[in-house]
Amino acid sequence: MTTQTPLAQDAQHGLVAHGHGAELANQPTYGPGSEVPIQTRSQRVRSTKVADFAAVSRREEQWKYTTSEQLVGLDADELAEYMGDIQSKHSEEVVTSWVGPENAAFGAAGIPEDRPSAAAWESAAQAYLVTLPANHKLETEVQITLNSQDKTPSAMHFIVNALAGSEGTVIIDHKGDAVLAENLEIIVGDNAHLTVVSIQDWNDGSVHSSAQYAKLGRNATLKHVVVTLGGKVIRVTPTAYLESPGASVELLGLYFADAGQQMEHRLFVDHAAPNCRSRVTYKGALQGKNAHTIWVGDVLIRAAAEGTDTYELNRNLLLTDGCRADSVPNLEIETGQIEGAGHASASGRFDDEQLFYLRARGINEPEARRLVVRGFLNEIIQQIKNEEIEARLLLAIENELARSNS
Amino acid sequence: MSLLEIKNLHVSVQTEQGAKEILRGVDLSIRSGQTHAIMGPNGSGKSTLAYSIAGHPKYEVTEGEILLDGQNVLEMSVDERARAGLFLAMQYPVEIPGVSVSNFLRTAKTAIDGEAPALRGWIKDVREAMEALKMDKSFTERNVNEGFSGGEKKRHEILQLELLKPKFAVLDETDSGLDVDALKIVSEGVNRAKAAGDMGVLLITHYTRILKYIKPDFVHVFVAGKVAEEGGPELADRLEAEGYDRYVSAAAN
Repeated sequence: MTTQTPLAQDAQHGLVAHGHGAELANQPTYGPGSEVPIQTRSQRVRSTKVADFAAVSRREEQWKYTTSEQLVGLDADELAEYMGDIQSKHSEEVVTSWVGPENAAFGAAGIPEDRPSAAAWESAAQAYLVTLPANHKLETEVQITLNSQDKTPSAMHFIVNALAGSEGTVIIDHKGDAVLAENLEIIVGDNAHLTVVSIQDWNDGSVHSSAQYAKLGRNATLKHVVVTLGGKVIRVTPTAYLESPGASVELLGLYFADAGQQMEHRLFVDHAAPNCRSRVTYKGALQGKNAHTIWVGDVLIRAAAEGTDTYELNRNLLLTDGCRADSVPNLEIETGQIEGAGHASASGRFDDEQLFYLRARGINEPEARRLVVRGFLNEIIQQIKNEEIEARLLLAIENELARSNS
Repeated sequence: MSLLEIKNLHVSVQTEQGAKEILRGVDLSIRSGQTHAIMGPNGSGKSTLAYSIAGHPKYEVTEGEILLDGQNVLEMSVDERARAGLFLAMQYPVEIPGVSVSNFLRTAKTAIDGEAPALRGWIKDVREAMEALKMDKSFTERNVNEGFSGGEKKRHEILQLELLKPKFAVLDETDSGLDVDALKIVSEGVNRAKAAGDMGVLLITHYTRILKYIKPDFVHVFVAGKVAEEGGPELADRLEAEGYDRYVSAAAN
């Protein structure tokens, strides 16, 4: 049980910067400007101003695993605007445009909770807005491909606005060479049903910090899928704000880390309204020296969120010696009037009994390992329900495994 | 005609107290078309024999030989043994999440035969084998052993037996956990596989009831890691009437 602070609740809505002017009277007794690190998830600073965030330091829980050095400039005060290639493929009824902060959708899903996200917010003057029409079911997916060739520390802001009653899938694919701080806002209107897939398939050496904020309307559903395969340091922080009754979110993730890669996924599900549901399932495979994955799953059930039903799960399969998987589920509950709340986390090596079973049927060891890993990750892939992406991911996994067997 | 020979087999497992010998000199010879029942009380080493034949890494062979048509099985890896024609129907088959039964069966068949089966014939073979085992066709879409009932797991083992067509099948307590109807269906599957391929069967069981459906040619009573008595089918009848007490007290003395 934790005590809710009024400041944190105020800071939650809209573009509220705190720590300035009149708010000085409410100088926090925790976090930046104080000797005491923040104690609960909801106390974390939220602001669109990079100046409101302290320097990246291990002292703060959210920077426990990633250092300023690894961010190679993404935590600076200012970034370049992303100038790389953006391709967008969609049917006619979907509208795409560049918009500034005057647009109502800008900042409507959430605002930054860490320094690179705030830097990206301030540095990207405009956001690429994708609007799914109200009360309409899209027959084809929206496919956005970001193909970068440049490692200048850059900023990008996407907004996906699924209007009330809409239904569709948006895929955002990240490729090439980049050092990128990104904000992805996802607005799911009342009764809308949206799937968003974010694929991080960068070339070796790329660094990517992606803050993804989703706000769900009444009885809206969101399936959010994160696939992280390529890049040197990847940090994805999906947040789901459940502030309207009856909303349901499914957060799925798949990652495959090779030698020297660091992949961090930090999730936050904020249950602030009654009768919402959340499911988190993240699965990762690791191989090679210093392959490192981090999964942190924060779930907050606020006092108002009666009838909440939440479960989160993270599983990691360590394929070789020398890799490391951190897995940290956190659950804060402020009301006892809930349907259910649970979490599970397990990281381990190959199950020898599974290998024995397959080999006892004549399947040789490399093939048996492939089957087990593919099966392990398949649970997530099967959820994407897009044949092209499924085929691509299966191929990517085959390539990863071929590397481990060579 | 094939021959599986087990000669003076000694097998140990590692325990916290050090190596513990489970099998203490087992001798058995099985020919194609024969059915040998291995019976015995709990803890007598029946399952250890099954897993040692299949090559489970937990069991260490300290002495003796296993030969398949004169070839040294102990030098083969687990998958080589399967490809050489040995099959173990397991008592507790493990779940393999995300791997569908159809994918698994096709992968195993391809591995055993050394080439992928012709698609049309294969689909037909699978369908017919499943119908005979009274398995719903949606079964192939499920993940291997995931959420299977005890009976479904055993049928799935026998389905593999029928499709992979080994030279010798070791059935480890295939009857455990089955009701009478399921026992009959599973037994008929074994008999079909045997008739189709002149397969040799090593049937490991605690109870005699499966022997009503799968007729043994020989019965071996296992006690304390050795064969304590051998005979024909009539020995099973005697065990049915008298139990294992006689052997167990003899071994204790």
